[in-house]
This record gives sequence, C-alpha cells and structure tokens, in this order.
Amino acid sequence: MALERERLAERAMHRLAEGELLELYRLMTLIRRFEDKVAEMYTRGKITGFCHLYAGEEAIAVGAIHGLYDKDYVVSTYREHGHCLAKGASPRAVMAELFGKATGISKGRGGSMHLFDPVLRFMGGYAIVGGGLPIATGLALSIAYKEDPEVVCCFFGDGALPQGAFHESLNMASLWKLPVIFVCENNFYGMGTLVQNAICQEELYRFADPYKIPGVRVDGMDVIEVYAAVSEAAARAREGKGPSLIEAITYRFRGHSMSDPAEYRSKREERIWQERDPIKRFRNLLLHERRIAPAVLDKIDQEEAAVVDDAVKFADESPEPPLSELTKNVYVED
Amino acid sequence: MALITYREALNQALREELDRDERVFIMGEEVGYFGGAFKVTDGLIAAYGEKRVRDTPISELTIVGAGVGAAMGGLRPVVELMTINFALLAIDQIVNTAAKARYMFGGQAKVPLVIRAPQGGGHQLGAQHSQSLEAYFLHCPGIRVAVPATAADAKGMLKYALRQEDPVMFLEHESLYGLKGEVPEDGEYLVPFGKANVLREGKDVTIVSYSKTVHDSLKAAETLENQGTDAEVIDLRTLNPLDIGTVIQSVKKTARAVVVYEGWLTGGAGAEIASRIYEAAFDDLDAPVQRVASADVPMPYNRHLEAAALPSPGQIVQAVERVM
Repeated sequence: MALERERLAERAMHRLAEGELLELYRLMTLIRRFEDKVAEMYTRGKITGFCHLYAGEEAIAVGAIHGLYDKDYVVSTYREHGHCLAKGASPRAVMAELFGKATGISKGRGGSMHLFDPVLRFMGGYAIVGGGLPIATGLALSIAYKEDPEVVCCFFGDGALPQGAFHESLNMASLWKLPVIFVCENNFYGMGTLVQNAICQEELYRFADPYKIPGVRVDGMDVIEVYAAVSEAAARAREGKGPSLIEAITYRFRGHSMSDPAEYRSKREERIWQERDPIKRFRNLLLHERRIAPAVLDKIDQEEAAVVDDAVKFADESPEPPLSELTKNVYVED
Repeated sequence: MALITYREALNQALREELDRDERVFIMGEEVGYFGGAFKVTDGLIAAYGEKRVRDTPISELTIVGAGVGAAMGGLRPVVELMTINFALLAIDQIVNTAAKARYMFGGQAKVPLVIRAPQGGGHQLGAQHSQSLEAYFLHCPGIRVAVPATAADAKGMLKYALRQEDPVMFLEHESLYGLKGEVPEDGEYLVPFGKANVLREGKDVTIVSYSKTVHDSLKAAETLENQGTDAEVIDLRTLNPLDIGTVIQSVKKTARAVVVYEGWLTGGAGAEIASRIYEAAFDDLDAPVQRVASADVPMPYNRHLEAAALPSPGQIVQAVERVM
C-alpha cells in the first residue's frame, strides 16, 4: 500500500504547476511562522486561555485543503489555526481572535479554539474531542439533501477515535453515503497519553473497515501525499460514493497546549521527528526535484514573516469588544 | 377549528411545514416506517418520502450533532429524540454546540434546529423513562425551551419553532398525546414564544404552570372554586423565553403564588420562577411562594408509588391552602 501511495503522490507532484507548489510552501510557511509568533505572544501575555499549536502538522491542513474546492466545507478541532489559515482566513483576523479583539474572526467571542468563517466555509473549531464529526456529518447531509456538489473535510486528532461520536458518525456517513472526508491527524499522543495506551487498534485507518469505507494511512509530513489522498477521497465523495477515512501520521513539535512542556516525550523522539519537518522536506523537494531557485523560497519566507508581523500589529491595535455587547448574539434576534 | 388530539395537532404542524418549506425535514429513531414511537410522525414517510422523513440509527449524539450541522448547512431539521431520557446521550451536542454556536462564533452561525422529545411520567415506565428534564435546558443560554400544554399550542408552537432561527428543545408530554382540543386549521396559525397564556382568571391566588401540570392546575382551580378560592391559572408555554411579566402582573393582583411543574422539586424550573417572583414582587406577596413538583426520587415502577411521586391536583389544592 505504501508503494502505491508514493506513486500516487509522485503523479500528483508532477500534476501540480509550479505556482501551486509554491502556494503550498507559502501556506505551510505562513502557518509555522504564525504558530511560532503565537507562542511568543502567549509568553508575553498577549494571548491567554488554552492555545494548541499546529507546528509540525502543517502538511496535513495545507495538503488536504488544497485537495478541495473553495466552496467545500472544513470542520475542525481546538488545534485549528492551521486549518483556518489554509482555508484562506486572513492572518490578521485569526491573530486578532487570539488576542480576543473585536476584529477577530469570531469577534473575540471564540478564542483559539472557536474560529469560524461562514464565507470561507470554515465551519468552526469544536473543543470537545470528537465534537466536530457529527457536525461534519450533518453538513454533508445538507449537501446531499440539496444535491449540491460540495464535500466536507473533517479534521480530528487520534484522541477522537475512542469517542462514540467517531463511530456514530462513520456509521451514519457510510450508511447514507454522505460526501465527507474524515481526516485523522495521528500525532501519537492524546494530550500525554500514547495512542497504544488508549486505542486497541493502533493502525487507526483500519477503523474504516467495519464501516465499509476506504481507509488509508498517509505520511502526514508529506504535503503532496496528503493532497493526493484527499483529492482522491473528495472525488469519490463528489461522485456520491460516500465518505473516506484518512489517517495522516504526524507529530506536534510543541506540547499539547502552551501550558504543556511535553515531558512525557523523549528528546530523542522529538529530534527524529524534527528531522522529518514537513516544511524543510518540501523545501528540499522544491529545490532539488523542481529546480526552484533558493531565492524564490527565501523571498516567500520573508514575505510570510512580514504577514505575521502585520497580523500581530493589527491584533494589538484592534479594539476590544465593547462590554455593552456582552449579551448580544446569544439568540438570533439579539 | 377542528377537535383533534395533541398528537394529531403536531402531525398537522409537521405536514404543513413540510409542505411550506422544502428545507424542513424530519430525522430520528423510528420516525419513518414505524411512524414515531408515539406516532407523532405517523403517515409522513408515505406522504413525503425518505428524504424528508429520515429513519436514523440509534445514535442520539450524532443525530443531534448532524441536526446542528444540517441546520448550519441551510436546512431546517426537526430532530426527534424518541424520549427526553435519551437526550442525555446527546447533551454534549445540545449544550456545547447547538446552544453555543451562534455566540461563540461571533454571531455568524445560525442553528435553526428543532429537537422534539416526549417527556414525563405516569405510565409506570420506571426510573429511566419517566423524567421531565426541561430544567437542564432552561439552565443553558442559547436554546429555547417550549413546553406546550394544549393541542392548539402544540400545533402553533411547533410551527412557530420552525419559523424562528434559534435552536429549540420542544418538549411534549407523553400523557398529553391523546388529549383533544380545538385547533385552528389555518396554515398560518402560529403561537409565538415568550407569551404566557392566562387560562383562567382569578383574584385570590396565581397558579403558574406549563405542560401537563397545567391541566392538574385547572382541576385544582375547580376544586378551589367550590371552596370559595378564586385561582388564576397561567400556562407559561415556553420557559425560554420566559414571560415573567404576565406572572408578575398576576401576582401583584393576587398576592399569592404557587408554581406547579413535573420536574423534580430540587433545582427545577419552579425555583427559577419563584426567584423571579421574589425579585420583582416581594412586597406584593402575602405568603411565601409554594412549589408543587415531583418528589426528589428516581421514578418508582409501582403504580401507587409513582402516583405519590408525581404532582397532583390534590397537592396543588393543599399548596394553595398553605398560602391563603
């Protein structure tokens, strides 16, 4: 299976135009810079609350969402900055949300875990583990009901696998052949608990079998491999053939949240995964296989650093939501 | 007007709204070919097909969550939970998603989802099938709580629920399904939320209730009339929004209040209503507000024990006597 996957990825790689490849690089770079800056701002007290960073996992959000159309829906978790940015959100609006500002993507009411943009069809971060899967299933039901051509891409972590919501949603989505792609980001730890200490079947993609849907495991540190798998699943969903489960193997470069030093992981293990850094790896690929000049990539690095600096400035200078609006929007007529 | 049951009134409301709005669809356990565990959706699948009337697996959490997702996707789902007792399996999606999405996403999400569920005791169904859980949802901001007591309200309120934009817990009482009442046949008959109904005017005491115990309260009022006490009976119709204005106005007139409901006494909706009365009309009261509710016990199976656990017209009369 691994070989077939690699061939698929290789074909996808050749299919992608240089502009697209650079866009993937740009988005991954943006997310990494963004998350590094968020960590810095968190340490400086500009960002508070729970904050779960996506550094290390960028290839999944960027690869998967590149495999979708703009009008397709994305449903996410509390580790969602990357998904939201990859879906096209303005870094300013996301950063301002983390700062709790009125200009934030959820008007300062959601915070890091509850980003939302209906225009981008980024349908929210849900902070109860597994909570997004039923929502994604329902969105897919609405698509099928309206006979629309869209699909839903639902991201969740390995920690969601033992939740009832996962099993109920896969059963329902398969039963009704709903256009949804379930993307499991397996970073090996649900907070600090190893997958094998939480789930009887460590090969998470095998949970597709009982639900009679395709299940694949991909290298989540390889943006092209993720892209190829999601493109295939999306095409299948669009043809009315139902859902797929994609397990993307990855690693978070930081702790579970900003308050977690990740002492349950060895330095050696962290080093091994740092060597598989999805951005460095993709950069090498672009340099050596596609003969892209280093200066082109360096320029992107600089541009994205500037974009993130601008986002911080915007967030910092933005107003707080007024206290007079505390009770607004609990109900529609408010 | 037609004399039909509470069940038929709900069925009629669903038919009319399915006809009116293509975005309306029904999903839940046994709502299709079985016709609904309480036959509320009887005949709908034959008339509207599997797309509009969808049988689901037994997966309450995902039935409700999918309802939320479908509502966000632009539809108007009516999710039936076979009984309110099963809502506890779905409470994460009800409380954490349906009720919060609009606010936590900065007012950008709409979840026009109606969750229908029968509740209540009185049929010897034991501890896990006899509960009245409205207080669980009343406690949570962001979700409307409708508790119709009559056939006409069942129809008008369900239709209204499907025309407004907030998520709604629409709680029907199992003992009321067979109750007949005059129901307008008008397809535009709507009963808006947040408007209590004064079912009986009186000057001596205010009895505040909703759902099935409205009828117990009316029975108690008849007994009280024979004893020379003139009771006003108010049906709240919805707990969220709560029309406390009508209650306060009445209490200012009668100076006495009894709150009647079938949930457990402790932490029930009655505590909230009594508090609101004290806050707004303390100086007008001639006696402490009394509550008549279910005993604080898991519902026993035995017929006599169950009857003793549930509020009754006799207990309402006694509560009124305590405030007179």
